[in-house]
Amino acid sequence: MASLNDYLFVSGLLFAIGLAGVIVRQNIIVIFMCLELMLASASLTLVAFSRFHLLNGLPDYNGQVFVFFIITVAAAEVAVGLAIIVALYRARQTINVEELTSMRG
Amino acid sequence: MENLVFYLFAFMAVAGGVLLVALRNPVSSALAMVLSFVGLAGLFIGLNAYFVGIVQILVYAGAIMVLFIFIIMLLDLNDEKPVKFKSSSVVAGLVIPLLLVVQILGVIQAGSKGNRVEFEEITNESMRRSAEQFAQLDEDKVAFPREKQSAIYKSLTHEKSPKLPDTNLIGNTIFKSYNYPLQVVGVLLLVATIGVVILSKRSNKQAPIDS
Repeated sequence: MASLNDYLFVSGLLFAIGLAGVIVRQNIIVIFMCLELMLASASLTLVAFSRFHLLNGLPDYNGQVFVFFIITVAAAEVAVGLAIIVALYRARQTINVEELTSMRG
Repeated sequence: MENLVFYLFAFMAVAGGVLLVALRNPVSSALAMVLSFVGLAGLFIGLNAYFVGIVQILVYAGAIMVLFIFIIMLLDLNDEKPVKFKSSSVVAGLVIPLLLVVQILGVIQAGSKGNRVEFEEITNESMRRSAEQFAQLDEDKVAFPREKQSAIYKSLTHEKSPKLPDTNLIGNTIFKSYNYPLQVVGVLLLVATIGVVILSKRSNKQAPIDS
């Protein structure tokens, strides 16, 4: 059977892939998708720890409740973030991060 | 067998992530993200977290994916010219995540000190043992008859096939221990809804941001 370390490694790998996407990509929508991937990989860590920390023979459900809250917050975050992207596109006609430099110091 | 399923879904999640980063077309990226999230949901279900796995598919692979595709179609970016990646950002995007993976491997090795935390099956006996804490007792600390017991107790102590009442146990935890955070999250969703409506309302009087 897969051990806790295997799950943690998969989670870390997914987080690193998401981080690579955030650094490399220039399309702001794809960057946002990579952020979602990083968030979801963190919840894999929580579920793995919840399952491997048995309390009286049952998984520790506090971790899974935390994942539930993370998913809720992620849904709200996606709605607000995409609305911001649409407003940005209306103002500038681009979603390439290389061309959005007005906040550069 | 279970090992095979773990590797299948882990490969699915990682491959989806790689495709998400590598594919040029944003619509293909969104579909690769769905592949990755379905793989993650499979891993959750393999960890006996059925509720979280199903919610992952419903919310991420359903609602959030549709929202992304909708915005991509709305902005109509398909005819955008192919952009060249800057070599400095490609190098940074390879080196920093690689360092992160090496560090995570090091922490996992050092933290476990060589002994693996093995997967412990949830057996019928362990479910029966854990059912006692959910038994409803009367004043004399005697359990009520079976018909009057909670759904969690009945499911955990079923004679033929006890099942893990995953959703009931999560509900039990949320509404007993996390009632206040749950209501705060409700307010957060309301605020997000209002914020989105205000953000996307086009007002003619207001000038564009940069001119």
